[in-house]
Amino acid sequence: MLSIRNIVKQYAGHTALSDVSLEVSGGQIFGLLGPNGAGKTSLIRIINQITAPDSGEIYFDGQKLNQSHIERIGYMPEERGLYKKMAIGEQIVYLARLKGLSHAEATKRIKYWFEKLQIQDWWDKKVEELSKGMQQKAQFVATVLHEPDLIILDEPFSGFDPVNAEVIKDEILELNRKGATILFSTHRMESVEELCNSIALIHKSHKILDGRVKDIRNSYRSNTFMIAYTGNKLQLNGTEPFTEISDAVTEEGHSIRLQLKNGSSVNEVLQYLLPQVSITHLQEVIPSVNEIFIQNVNKIG
Amino acid sequence: MNKVLLIIQREYLSRVRKKAFLVTVFLVPVLLLAMYAVMYLIYKNSSELNTVRTVKVIDESGVFAGKLKDGKSIKFEKVNAPLASAKKDLKKHEDDIVLFIPKTYGQPKAVQVLSEKKPNMSVSNAIERQLNDIATNNNMVAQGINAEQLSNIRSDISISAKELTDSGDEKESNIGALYVIGVACAIMIYLSLFIYGAQVMRGVIEEKTNRIIEVIVSSVKPFQLMLGKIIGVALVSLTQFILWILLSLAVSFIANKYFAAPQSPMLGFLEGLKNVPFGFIISCFLFYFLTGFLLYSALFAAVGSAVDSESETQQFMFPITMPLLFTYLISVSFLAQNPDSSLAFWLSVVPFTAPVAMMVRLPFDPPTWQLILSMCMMVIGFLFTTWVASRIYRVGILMYGKKASYSELVKWFFYKE
Repeated sequence: MLSIRNIVKQYAGHTALSDVSLEVSGGQIFGLLGPNGAGKTSLIRIINQITAPDSGEIYFDGQKLNQSHIERIGYMPEERGLYKKMAIGEQIVYLARLKGLSHAEATKRIKYWFEKLQIQDWWDKKVEELSKGMQQKAQFVATVLHEPDLIILDEPFSGFDPVNAEVIKDEILELNRKGATILFSTHRMESVEELCNSIALIHKSHKILDGRVKDIRNSYRSNTFMIAYTGNKLQLNGTEPFTEISDAVTEEGHSIRLQLKNGSSVNEVLQYLLPQVSITHLQEVIPSVNEIFIQNVNKIG
Repeated sequence: MNKVLLIIQREYLSRVRKKAFLVTVFLVPVLLLAMYAVMYLIYKNSSELNTVRTVKVIDESGVFAGKLKDGKSIKFEKVNAPLASAKKDLKKHEDDIVLFIPKTYGQPKAVQVLSEKKPNMSVSNAIERQLNDIATNNNMVAQGINAEQLSNIRSDISISAKELTDSGDEKESNIGALYVIGVACAIMIYLSLFIYGAQVMRGVIEEKTNRIIEVIVSSVKPFQLMLGKIIGVALVSLTQFILWILLSLAVSFIANKYFAAPQSPMLGFLEGLKNVPFGFIISCFLFYFLTGFLLYSALFAAVGSAVDSESETQQFMFPITMPLLFTYLISVSFLAQNPDSSLAFWLSVVPFTAPVAMMVRLPFDPPTWQLILSMCMMVIGFLFTTWVASRIYRVGILMYGKKASYSELVKWFFYKE
C-alpha cells in the first residue's frame, strides 16, 4: 500500500528524518510511535505531499507518489481546525470538493455521517458556536468523507474527551474493516496495542524498530513469568529450574517474578512448585509496547 | 486548476456575503448623494453672494476716491458724509458696505470696512487688492515714474494653459481639474491597495490561527491556496469598484434631475472634466490597481504566513508600506506639480511605486512608451513578488510558535520544496 524508502529530510540546522524506510501493507492499522520531536509529523507531511523529502522515495500502491494520490488519502493533522465563521455543513462540502468530490455527492455523504454521529442539526451552525468535541467530530467527518484508501491521523486522540475518543476509535476500526488502511502517529502508547497491527518506532529522526506488534513483542520475550500462590513463602535453595527476579506479598498470598533457567520449561517450574504451594495464577511476562519503547529509547539515549 | 477555482469561490463568497461589504458598497453612493445635497445648498446660498453690493467710500486721504473700479459684485460710490453718519446709514441699507480710508492709510489696520452683515472674503479681498494697486501706482509716480512708463511696467498676465493634441489642435486643459483627478486616483489606489492587501494578510493569519491550513494544504498546493485567496479578494475589490461606479452614476443621474442647478459652483470644475478621458483613466486605474494588488497582496500573504497573530505583523509591514507611503506623500505635492520630472518617471516605472506615481501622472498625458514600460514592469513585478512570496508562504504557514525574523524568512526562501 505504502512503501517509504530511504527518506531524508533536513531543515536548516537539524535533521528531521534520516534514512527512514517503512512498509505499510494494505488493510493494516499502522502506528507511528515516537517521542515528541522525533520526526513523525515530518514524515506524515511528506506522505501527504505537503513538503518534499530531500532524498528518498515513496510508493503508493506501487506507483511513485504523485498529486493524483491526494484524493485517495485522508489526513487529519495534529494542528487541526476549521474556518470559525463558516457554517459547518458548507465547510465540509468545501473540504470534500477540494478532495475531488462533487457538490451533490459530498452533501449526500455528509448527511449520512452527520446522522451516524448524531450531529444532523448542525448543518447551518458556525464552527465558533460548537463545542470543541463537536468540532472534532466534524473534523473527522471532513477527513474520511471522500472514502480514502489511506487515512492518516496525526495524534488522533489528543484533545478528544474520552467519550468522543471512543466514538472516533470505533469509527476508525469500522473504516478499517471496510478496507481502509490507517496510519496514525502518537506518542501515547496506551491506544497502540489494542488498535495497531503494526508499528514503527521513530526516535531522533531514526527508525529504530518496526514490524507487527505480535512479532515485536514476541521478540522481546525473555522467558519471564509471574506466578501467584498461597501458602508459605517459597524457600529457594538454588536447585530450582528458575532464577528469582523479584517477589512480593499480595493480599491473597505471595507472588514471584522469575526467569527460566536455560533449557527448562514452564511445566518443569510448575512441577517443582506444585508440591510446595498452591498456585493461583501464572502468566508469561511480555513487555508492553510502552516498555519496549522506553527500553529502546533509553538504549539509544 | 479546478481546485483554485473552488478556493476563489469560497474566498469571494465568504467576503461578499459579509454585512460589512454591503455597508461599504452602499456607503459611498450615500456619501456622494450627501455631497450633491451639500453642493445644492451651497448653490442656493451663493445666489445671495452674487447680489451687487454698494461700497460707500469715505476717503479722507483723497488718494483713492474715483480710482476704484466697479466689479461684478461691487459698486463704489463716493460719499462725503462723515464716518458717523455713514455708520447710521448702514442700519437702513444692510447690504451696503462702508469703506473708510483715513489720512494715515499706510499704517496697519488703518483702513476699515464696515458692514451690517459680515463682509465676505471675496469682497474684502477685491477692495484690498484695488487699494494696494492704487497705492503702489501712487508711490511709483512719487518716485518719479511717469504715467506712461507706469502703464508699460504694469503687466496683467493670466495663464490659459493650452495643450497641443495629436491633430495639432489646441485644447483647453484645466490644470486644476487634472490635478484633482490625479491626486484622487493616487489616494484611491493607495487606500485600496492597503485595504485589500490587508484582507489577504488577515485571511492567511486566520487560516493559520484556526489551524485549518494544514488540512487545506493536504488537498491543494500552498501556491494554489495563496493564488486562490489573492484572486478571490481581487474579485471582491473589483465587484466593489464596479458597484461603486454604477451606483455613483445612478446617484449622479438622480442628483442632476432633482438638484438641477444651472449655475452650480461645481459647473466650472465639471466643465474642466469634460476633456478628461475618463474611460482611459478608469481602465488604467483598474490595471494599476489589479497589478499593484497582485504585487502587494503576495507580499502581504507572505507576511501573514510568517506570523501567528496580527499584532506581530508590524516589523514586516514597515518595509512593505514604505515605498507606497513615500510615493503617496510626495504625489500630492511634488508629482502632481511636476508630472514630467525624472523623479516622476522613475517612480512610475518601479513596480513598487508605479501604481500611485503613474496614476498621478496619467491625467497629464505621459508619453505612451513610458506608460507601456510602466505596465510591463508592473506585470514583471507582480510575477516576481508572487514567486518570492510563495516560497516564504509555503514554509511559513506550517510554522507555529516560532518568532520569524528576516534571516528566518531568507532561510525559508531557500528551502527546497
